[in-house]
Amino acid sequence: MERIVIDTDVLIIGGGTAGCFAARTLGAREDLRVTVVDKAAIERSGCLAAGVNAINAYITRGRTPEFYADYAMDDANGIARYDLLISMSERLNRCAEALEDEGLVFLKDAEGRYAERGTRNVKINGENIKPLLARAARRQPNVRVVERVNVTDLLVAGNRVYGACGFGVEDGAAYVLRARAVIVATGGAAGLYRPNNPGFSRHKMWYAPFNTGAGYAMGIRAGAEMTSFEMRFIALRCKDTIAPTGTIAQGAHAKQVNAAGEVYETAYGLRTSERVWGTVEENRAGRGPCYLRTRGIGAAAEEDLYRAYLNMAPAQTLKWVEAGAGPDARDVEIEGTEPYVVGGHTASGYWVDVHRATTVAGLFAAGDVAGGAPQKYVTGALAEGEIAAESAAAFLDAHPAGAVPAAVEDQAEAIVAGYAAHLGVTTSRAPVVTEQVEEAMQKVMDEYAGGISTGYRYNARQLERADEEIRSLAPLVDRLRARTPFELLAIYELRERLTVCRVLIAHMAARKETRWHAFAERTDYPEARPEFEAYVNSRLEDGDIRIVLRDLVGKGECLEHLDR
Amino acid sequence: MSISIDRNRCTGCGACNRVCPGNLLALDAEGRAKSRSPRDCWGCTACLKACRFGAIAYFLGADMGGRGTTLSVASTETEHAWTFTRADGGTRTIVIDRRTANNY
Ligand SMILES: Cc1cc2nc3c(=O)[nH]c(=O)nc-3n(C[C@H](O)[C@H](O)[C@H](O)COP(=O)(O)OP(=O)(O)OC[C@H]3O[C@@H](n4cnc5c(N)ncnc54)[C@H](O)[C@@H]3O)c2cc1C
Ligand code: SF4
Ligand code: SF4
Repeated sequence: MERIVIDTDVLIIGGGTAGCFAARTLGAREDLRVTVVDKAAIERSGCLAAGVNAINAYITRGRTPEFYADYAMDDANGIARYDLLISMSERLNRCAEALEDEGLVFLKDAEGRYAERGTRNVKINGENIKPLLARAARRQPNVRVVERVNVTDLLVAGNRVYGACGFGVEDGAAYVLRARAVIVATGGAAGLYRPNNPGFSRHKMWYAPFNTGAGYAMGIRAGAEMTSFEMRFIALRCKDTIAPTGTIAQGAHAKQVNAAGEVYETAYGLRTSERVWGTVEENRAGRGPCYLRTRGIGAAAEEDLYRAYLNMAPAQTLKWVEAGAGPDARDVEIEGTEPYVVGGHTASGYWVDVHRATTVAGLFAAGDVAGGAPQKYVTGALAEGEIAAESAAAFLDAHPAGAVPAAVEDQAEAIVAGYAAHLGVTTSRAPVVTEQVEEAMQKVMDEYAGGISTGYRYNARQLERADEEIRSLAPLVDRLRARTPFELLAIYELRERLTVCRVLIAHMAARKETRWHAFAERTDYPEARPEFEAYVNSRLEDGDIRIVLRDLVGKGECLEHLDR
Repeated sequence: MSISIDRNRCTGCGACNRVCPGNLLALDAEGRAKSRSPRDCWGCTACLKACRFGAIAYFLGADMGGRGTTLSVASTETEHAWTFTRADGGTRTIVIDRRTANNY
């Protein structure tokens, strides 16, 4: 395998929303060399590929950052970090303005102010948001962008990060990326559970199917502390296309109704998790299918929706046109998605301090990969990218370049040898292929760890079975063979997902209560319990997942990893 | 959900290959774009917008309601002209001015 070595000061893993903005921020530090590495081309990589519908996290007129943080705390039923939410919320509006500076189109009212939608959103044309962010990153003279390199592992010695390793998805080369500080911004994890459309359209899911939990997995293996994986995210989406529903619900004020036309959302509660739960319960009670009541919204509103969806989820407009009946003629059927681990919507991810420092020295996290701060959305990911960039720069100022331990070089050797081993020729015909193991994993998660088929419900015995099965799949990965770098990518994505699944199951087993309906619905502990007013955190130690419950960080408190 | 590539229109320019967030597109032995894995398409339409030759169309798999209609797009700096072509040949075009925001 060809070997390419890159030396940099700050390495940003993942040139998505948070990663591009971190690079833009570090443009102000001309003395630092910055490298952004992404598994794809950053023009359209990550969550923003098709575009987004609105700026979902914004402090609207007359409201305060505390209003937003309080909302997110309540939606998470108390299990979120107020210090992270406040430090994010204070930056939301400036991040929105930065997007406008970069060329994003905002709808304005008569006085030239952003047009608001509800109490936390502003209206935009989000179709080209990712190309604009990519351009902003590339514009910085001190930023180098390395694309189509899949990062698999961090280089860590003595609980300090020294870089990362990956391989070229197109060129097949091994990459050793040496850095003095690292920002991980690889997004969340999709594809853990059997999806809504398990056949031909298996990747027509809500969350980006190419965000496979790499950032979580590399942190877990490096011994970083993780939080709240058990707070899964399940989205309520348009049936089949899995397109967002917020545009219809908030934009067209459509209510959730069952097959009899009864509005049911108020009976279950209006938290994000409760909206999903209500839909599941209505279906279980035989009152499905469930819909967003759009019938009669009028031709003009229908036309607006066609356009809004083309700007972010074209499949939905195609579906309406294909059916010959749009939302004015027919209510829009809704369903819950398969569960994801996404720290931008719930609180799963790296356990970070208020500076977005992880528990590994020199390693920072931002966006969907960072835990503790739900309801981040685009602007929250930008805010965290900015904070992580500032913190990484401050870390470098405080820690001048020093010698790199020899163990780091050995680690890189072993990782690269691992790539080569998968690409080696097989002597016997292998009965197991990557796709099979992936399907097996998704089936296990679906049936034993609260997937779609069980109405997201699970108990301790089922989780034990899930754990046993997932552990038995992991050794198969070492034996998988790839003929091309693209097949090698599939093997590593599977490896990441299996790592995330193991930690997810351990977290789900540890929270012996139902804190959030649907997201963590336990049939053996159907109520919330006061002793679980705490964060469930974990760390991989000698191959075992150690769970610790940590006290809530309340209002006015602030977590700092003082050993940094 | 996936895309189909019209080999007669494809010039092999590689623009789609450079933009897919899943690295799914490659040029085949004859220098035409080809999906390495049609089932792994997210349906983001990045490749449609990147192709200046209108060679890529997008369709819904039958498992999610697809019944033969395709969607293509002609993009310029200022607009996206989306065209739906039904199985019976009927078409409908929606032009979006990229400088205007969503009303929703
Ligand atoms: C379909 C959809 C619609 C949404 N709509 C809205 C909306 O309307 N409004 C709103 O405010 N929010 C919306 N969101 C939420 C918002 O887009 C996300 O929370 C935010 O973009 C996450 O940013 P991120 O930087 O964490 O992840 P991403 O932007 O996804 O970036 C992750 C990056 O990491 C790269 N990567 C992953 N693994 C690796 C690896 N192993 N090596 C190298 N690179 C890697 C990926 O290619 C990607 O570029 C939406 C999300 C989705 C999925
Ligand atoms: S962008 Fe269009 S013309 Fe260029 S390779 Fe792709 S399909 Fe062919
Ligand atoms: S629609 Fe998106 S995911 Fe599918 S092939 Fe095109 S660029 Fe790739």
